[in-house]
Amino acid sequence: MAVLDILTLPDERLRQVSQSVTRFDAELRAFVADLEETRLAGPAAVGIAAPQVGRFERIVIVDVSGKKGVANHGHLVLVNPEITHWEGFEVGREGCLSVPDFTGNVIRATRIRLAARDPHGAELQFEMEGFEARAVQHEMDHLDGLLFVDRVVSRRTDLFQRKVYQKGGPTR
Amino acid sequence: MLTLVGEDRPGIVAKVTQALYQAGCSLGEASMIRLGGSFTIMMMVSGPQTPEGLTQVLAPAVDELGLRLHIDPVTGGLHRHLVPNVQVRVTGADRAGIVAEVTGALAAAGFNILELESDVAGDPQRPVYIMSIQGYSEQTVEALQQAVAGLGAEGITVDVSAVETLIG
Ligand SMILES: [Zn+2]
Repeated sequence: MAVLDILTLPDERLRQVSQSVTRFDAELRAFVADLEETRLAGPAAVGIAAPQVGRFERIVIVDVSGKKGVANHGHLVLVNPEITHWEGFEVGREGCLSVPDFTGNVIRATRIRLAARDPHGAELQFEMEGFEARAVQHEMDHLDGLLFVDRVVSRRTDLFQRKVYQKGGPTR
Repeated sequence: MLTLVGEDRPGIVAKVTQALYQAGCSLGEASMIRLGGSFTIMMMVSGPQTPEGLTQVLAPAVDELGLRLHIDPVTGGLHRHLVPNVQVRVTGADRAGIVAEVTGALAAAGFNILELESDVAGDPQRPVYIMSIQGYSEQTVEALQQAVAGLGAEGITVDVSAVETLIG
């Protein structure tokens, strides 16, 4: 087990497109354990992607179970994830372990359906929404060399969201 | 910090930033936006110049574009980020006092405004005022909802929600 170094902007390697995983072996699972340890060592990250530590394979970890009142599937290791369906959109604030000291508003799909494999190669399917769906979309962007800063929208975009007209009650 | 205001026209940002770049300045946090018919720039700048020197650097652009320039020496650095944890959205009939009422209630509850944007929507006969505030508070969302609860009766809707910043 080891905490790995996280690549940060403007490191060009963050722009690289990652390859699909083909070998679901003990080495992969050891790497996943290191990736998780790296996620937990940082500032309260709900996800991390392999290319953030310089391994350009399609592996992400997402775990939003620590956030109060957020629907979630617990701790997820997603290998070769694919979004098969998405609907709705929502603006939310994001930051990134690879972009220190900056947060911005990003539009993401509200609900997604997802297919992936676990670290043993077994097929996984999920339907998820809200904060968890946002986290998966953020991490999957890393696999394609994209960062949330590529998607930041004007703060004004938020102003005319439908939510403005909902009265009271907890949101998100 | 530089403040520049003038009648909106194409090329203001380009001319101003070009002059700063050629004078060896670095740009930091900035807000540049059209308000009414004016274009407004507020921008953190650092460079080798004194405020007087910076005024000279910008003089050609300021004269050509008819801008008003104001310089405040500050020690905050180019950026100093505070992450908002609460968002407040307000809608209501457009009238004076709406901003003062809401921000007054929030201030009394210890809410620190980091940014406030507002606009007017709806048809001209029945305009609707829309305001979005992001800020930081040690209080819970529920406590802030309590603080603004009385304002709904005055014909405005105030929605307080947590801003969950996703880090990944
Ligand atoms: Zn990230």
